[in-house]
Amino acid sequence: MTFASAPTGDHRRKASMLSDSFSGAILGRAVGEAFVKLDPRKLTGNPVIFATEIVAILATASTALAVRDHAGWGFALQIALWLWATVLFANFAESVAEGRGKAAADSLRATRVTTKAKLIVDPKTGTILPTPAHKLGVGEIVLVEAGDVVPADGEIIEGVASVNEAAITGESAPVIRESGGDRSAVTGGTTVVSDWIKVRITSEAGNTFLDRMIAMVEGADRRKTPNEVALAVLLAGLTLIFLIAVVTLLGLGAFSGVTLDPMVLGALFICLIPTTIGGLLSAVGIAGMDRLLKVNVLATSGRAVEAAGDVDTLLLDKTGTITFGNRMATEVIPAPGVRPEAALRATLLASLGDETPEGRSIVELARNQGLVLEAPAGATVIPFSATTRQSGLEAGGETWRKGAVDAVLKSSGLAPQEAPAEFSAAVDRIARSGGTPLAVSENGVLVGVIHLKDVVKPNVKERFADLRRMGLRTVMITGDNPVTAAAIASEAGVDDFLAEATPEDKLRLIREEQGKGRLVAMCGDGANDAPALAQADVGVAMQTGAQAAREAGNMVDLDSDPTKVIEIVEVGKQMLITRGALTTFSIANDVAKYFAIIPALFVVTLPALGALNVMGLSSPKSAILSAVIFNALVIIALIPLALRGVKYRAIGAGRLLQRNLLVYGLGGLVAPFAGIKLIDLGVSALGLA
Amino acid sequence: MNGSGWAEIALTIGLTVALGWPLGLYLGRVWAGERTWLDTVLGPVERGLYAACGVKPEKGQTWLAYAMSFLAFSIASFVVLYLILRFQDRLPLNPQGFPGLSPDLAFNTAVSFVSNTNWQSYVPETTVSTFSQMAGLTSHNFLSAAAGMALAAAVARAFAGNRSESLGDFWVDLTRISLYVLAPISLVVATAYMALGEPQSLLAHVTARTVEGARQTIALYPTASQEAIKQLGTNGGGIFNANSAHPFENPNAITNLIEIVSMNALSFGCVVAFGRIVLARKEARALVAVMTILLAAGASAIYAAEAQPAPALAAVHADASVNMEGKEVRFGAPSTAVWAAATTGASDGGVNGMHDSFMPLGGGVAMFLIQLGEIIPGGVGSGLYGMVVMALIAVFVAGLMVGRTPEYLGKKVEAREIKLAMLAVLILPLSILGFTAAALVLPVALGGLLNHGPHGLSEILYAYSSATGNNGSAFAGLTANTPWYNTTLGIAMLLGRFAYAIPVLAIAGSLAAKPKLGATTGTFPTDGPLFVGLLIGVILIMGGLQFFPALALGPIVEHFQVLHAVAAL
Repeated sequence: MTFASAPTGDHRRKASMLSDSFSGAILGRAVGEAFVKLDPRKLTGNPVIFATEIVAILATASTALAVRDHAGWGFALQIALWLWATVLFANFAESVAEGRGKAAADSLRATRVTTKAKLIVDPKTGTILPTPAHKLGVGEIVLVEAGDVVPADGEIIEGVASVNEAAITGESAPVIRESGGDRSAVTGGTTVVSDWIKVRITSEAGNTFLDRMIAMVEGADRRKTPNEVALAVLLAGLTLIFLIAVVTLLGLGAFSGVTLDPMVLGALFICLIPTTIGGLLSAVGIAGMDRLLKVNVLATSGRAVEAAGDVDTLLLDKTGTITFGNRMATEVIPAPGVRPEAALRATLLASLGDETPEGRSIVELARNQGLVLEAPAGATVIPFSATTRQSGLEAGGETWRKGAVDAVLKSSGLAPQEAPAEFSAAVDRIARSGGTPLAVSENGVLVGVIHLKDVVKPNVKERFADLRRMGLRTVMITGDNPVTAAAIASEAGVDDFLAEATPEDKLRLIREEQGKGRLVAMCGDGANDAPALAQADVGVAMQTGAQAAREAGNMVDLDSDPTKVIEIVEVGKQMLITRGALTTFSIANDVAKYFAIIPALFVVTLPALGALNVMGLSSPKSAILSAVIFNALVIIALIPLALRGVKYRAIGAGRLLQRNLLVYGLGGLVAPFAGIKLIDLGVSALGLA
Repeated sequence: MNGSGWAEIALTIGLTVALGWPLGLYLGRVWAGERTWLDTVLGPVERGLYAACGVKPEKGQTWLAYAMSFLAFSIASFVVLYLILRFQDRLPLNPQGFPGLSPDLAFNTAVSFVSNTNWQSYVPETTVSTFSQMAGLTSHNFLSAAAGMALAAAVARAFAGNRSESLGDFWVDLTRISLYVLAPISLVVATAYMALGEPQSLLAHVTARTVEGARQTIALYPTASQEAIKQLGTNGGGIFNANSAHPFENPNAITNLIEIVSMNALSFGCVVAFGRIVLARKEARALVAVMTILLAAGASAIYAAEAQPAPALAAVHADASVNMEGKEVRFGAPSTAVWAAATTGASDGGVNGMHDSFMPLGGGVAMFLIQLGEIIPGGVGSGLYGMVVMALIAVFVAGLMVGRTPEYLGKKVEAREIKLAMLAVLILPLSILGFTAAALVLPVALGGLLNHGPHGLSEILYAYSSATGNNGSAFAGLTANTPWYNTTLGIAMLLGRFAYAIPVLAIAGSLAAKPKLGATTGTFPTDGPLFVGLLIGVILIMGGLQFFPALALGPIVEHFQVLHAVAAL
C-alpha cells in the first residue's frame, strides 16, 4: 500500500489486534467448518454455491444409481467429487476469513472482567460493596484503584489515573484519564495502573464497548453491504440465465439427435455459473473488515467499510492531522539596531522557564543555531498570565520577557504606532503567513520578534495529492482565523478549508456535501464532534476520545491516529476492487469453458463440431472433467487474493481500470485455456478419463 | 471480396452515422420540448391535440404513470388493430375482397405491429386489404416507433434529472415525436422514393400483358409512403412478401442505400439526442462508437461469408465466385451483407435478400446480431435503452474495479438497478431459448418445418430470436401461419417488447430519483476507448455465453458440415 508505507510523522505502528498469518489453528478450524457449512440452510444466502450443492447432490445420486446398475461409474464419481470440492472450497474460503476475526474475538473475551467491582453504595461515607461486574447498572458509581480492572464502560466523575488500555488497543504505554473534558471516558477491561478514579457506569453489561468489539470482530451482525447485495443479484441473474441455456439444451439436443448425459449438463451448468466470485464473495467482505482490524480500526459494519471506498470528501482536523498541533519557533527577527546574536540570546533567556511546547521549541531553535545557555543562578521564572500576556525570567535585576506583541510593546513603554517600522513589518509578515508573532524584550527594551509557526507534517502534501488522484476532496477544519487557515491550507495542499469552525459549522458542511450526493468521512474525538460523526457517512472516532464520540461514529480507531482515515478509505476501495476483479475474472473464464465442454457434448453425434476443440483436449470426458477441476481449483487458488485484496494504486480511475481489466479481464479470458489444457494433460496421463 | 465491396459497406455505415448526428441534435430538441423550425406549422396542431385529449404537458409523470400510459396506449392499439384485421371484410377499401384474418393470425399480426416487430406470418399482397394496410398497419409503423422513442426520451431524462420524480409525459412525447420527427421525415423520404420509381397508388392492381401474351395481375398499394416509415421506424414490415427484394419496394441501388441509411440513422440519432439531454456528449459518442464498431463487424462478417463461392458449387467447378443464392442480382453480396447487418442489428426486419439462403455463418451472424438484444444500433428508442441497460451492467461488473460504487453518467448503479436490468436481460434467453427448445420437440411445431438437421434448428431459433428481439425478419422454410407459431411468436414479441421496457422504465424512475453526481478523477471513465472496448466485450460475452450452445447446434455445426461435405466430394 502506498499510504501504509509512507512515513506518518511521529506515528508509531502499534501492536495489531490481529496476528498476521494463516496460522495452522485457523486453517484447521476452517477445514472443519467447511464441512459444517455444507448444511444447505446455511447456503441459501449464496445462490451460486447453493445451486452447486444441489447439482453435487444430484451427481452423487446419479453415481449411486450407476453403481447399483453396474454401469460405468468412475467418471460420474469424479465429477460428483469435484462438485463437492467446489462447494467445500467456497465454504473453506469463508471460514478462513472468519477464522481470523474469531481468533481476535477469543483473545478479547479473555479480558472480560471476572473480578468484583467496588460499588460505592453511599457516596457520603464512601461505603464500598464488592459486586460482580455484570450486575452493575447504568448510573452506579464504582471506585477503581491502582491494579484494578475497570469493570464496565463509564465516565470518570472524580480523580485522575493512568490507565493501561492494552487489552483494547494493544498499546501498552498507559494513558492519562481524568474527570471532565474529552478524556473522561474509560473502557471496561482496561487496567488502572496508578492513582484512583470514581467512575459512573454508562453501559449495561453485555452492551459494553468490549462486547460490541467482540461482536464486530466476530462478524456476529454481518449483513450484506449494498454492493454485495447488488453483486449477489447480478450473480443470481447470471445463474438463472445459464440455467435457461443448459435446460433448453435438452430440447435443442433432442432435435439434433444428441443424447445428453444429465451429469455432463450439470457439469456444464456449474462451470458456467460464476462459482469463483460466488464462492469468494463473503470472504472478500470479511477480509475487508479484517484488514481494517489489522490497522487497529474497528468498523461497526461492513457497510461502513464499503462506504469508506466511496468517500468523496474528507474532513480533516488541522491539528494533529495536518499539522503537529504545536506551534514551533522557526526564526527570531531582531528589532532595528539589535544584533541578531543578542536578540537570540534574549529570546532564549526569556524562554528558559517556559515548559510549554512553544517555549521548548525556542530552546530547540537556539540550540540549532549554536546557542546553549543555563538559566543564571537565582533566576526566577515569571509565569504566563492572562492579564500580563507575557512570561519570562528575572535574575540579578535583569529581566527577559516574551509575549503578545501589544503587551510587550506596552511594557516597553511604546504605543503600537510607535513601534519601529521594520519590527511592525516583520510582525505583519508573520501574521499574514499564518504564523504567530511573539515580541521579546530585554530589561524593558524591545529586542525582536519570534516567528511561531504551525508546522505542517512532512509528507502530508504528497498524501493529499494521492487523495486527489483517488478522486477525494480534502477539507481542512480549523478554529484558526481565515488568514492563518488559508496559509496552512495552501502549504498542506488541501482542496478547501473551513476556518473558525464550530461543531455546528462542521455538521452544516457535512450536510451540504451530502446534499450534493457526496459521501463524507471525518474523524473526531470530542463530545461536541458526536453529531458530525453521526452525520458523516464514515465517522471515525478516536479510542481515546469521549464516550459520546465513540458511540456516534461507525468506526473506532484504537490507535487514535487521525491520519488513519486515509488508510480506511484505501481498505474500502480495495474491498470493492477485489469484488470487481473476481467477478470479471469469473465471467471471462466462461469463454474457455465453453470451448472445452461444447465440443465434448456434441462431438460424438456431430463430429463436425470437433473443430471447436481448439485446446486439443484428449477426449470428451477428459475435457469435461478438466473444466470441472479447473473450476474448483481456481477458487482455492484465489483465496489468498480474496483475503489480501487486490492492490489499490492511487493512479486515477482510468489507469486503474485499464490495469485491472488487463489483468483480470484479459487474464480471465486466457488463463483457463492454459489451465484446462494442463489439467487435461494430467487427467489423460493418469488415465482418469 | 473486393475493395469496392468493402468501400460500399464503409460508405453506407459512415453515411448512416454521419446522418444520425444532425438528426439526433434535432431529435434532442424535440425531446426537450424546445422550439423547432416546424413550430409555426405544427405548434397549433400539437396544442390542439393536447387540448382535445386533456393532456397537461408541463405536469410530467412518475415512471409508473409513464409505464401505465405506455401500456394503456399499446393495449388500446392492439385491440383496435385486432378488430380491424379480424373484420376487414366488413370495412371499406378492400378492393381485392379479402376475408378477415383468423383469430391467431390477427393476434400475431396485431401484436407484431404494436410491438414494432412487423413479423408477418402471412403473404401481405394476398391477405390484407388496403384499409388494413393504411389505417391499421402503416399507422402503427408510426405509433409503435414513436412509443419506443418516447421511452428512450424518458430514460434520457432519468439520467439528466437530479432527485426528480418526473420522466416527462408519455402522451406529449408520443405526439411530439410523431409530429415533428417521423411525419416530416417520412414525407421527404416517401417523395424521394416516388421520384425514384416506387408506386404510390390506392388501386388494387394493374393488369399487364407479358411478352408471351399472358395476362399478369400486379399488386400496387401506396408503396412509397409505407416504405419510408417502414425503415425510419425500424418496422420492416413489407407490403409485398418479398419485402425490399421486390422491385416496387426497392427498385434500384439509390433506394437501397436510402433504405439502409434510414433504418439505422434515427437509432443512432436517439443516442446523440440522449447525449444532448444528459449533457454527456462524449459518453454518447462512446455508445455510438460501440454500435458502429459492432455493426461494421457484423456487416464485414456477413460479407466475408457471402462473398466467397459456395463450397459445394466450387467443388464441382461451377462458376460461383460469390454465393448469390437468395440475393438480388441488382444488389449483390456487399449491399445484401450490409443490409442484413443493419436490419438485424436494428430490429428492423425488412430484408433485401433471403437470410435463409446465406452461408451458414452469414445467417448465423445475422441471428447473433438479433440475439445480442437489438442494440446495434437497435430499434428506434429501444436500441438506446437496450444499450443503456448493457452499459449499466458493464459499468457494474467492471466498475467496482476502480474501487467505488459504480456510477453511470453521474448516477450510482445499485442493487435495484441491477435487479431490474437482470430482469430485463433475462427475457431474451427465456423467450428465445425457451420457445425454441419447446418448438424443437413438440410435433405441433415441427409440422411447420421444411428443413431438418442444423438448418431446421436455425430456422426455428431465428424465428423466436426475431420475434423476441422485435425484429420481424425471418428465415424462410418455416410455415409460421399456424396457431402454434402465431400464438407463441406473438407471446415472444410481447415479452421482448413489454417485459423488457417496463423494467427499463422502473430503472429510469429509480435513477431519476437519485442525486446527479459530478465526475472526479476517481470516477469510472465512460467516454474513452477503454470503455468502448469494455462495453463491446460485455455485450459479446453476455450474448455469446447465452446463445453459443444453441448457435453451435445451428449455424456453427452447419458451417463445419458444409466444409466436411465438400471435402468429402
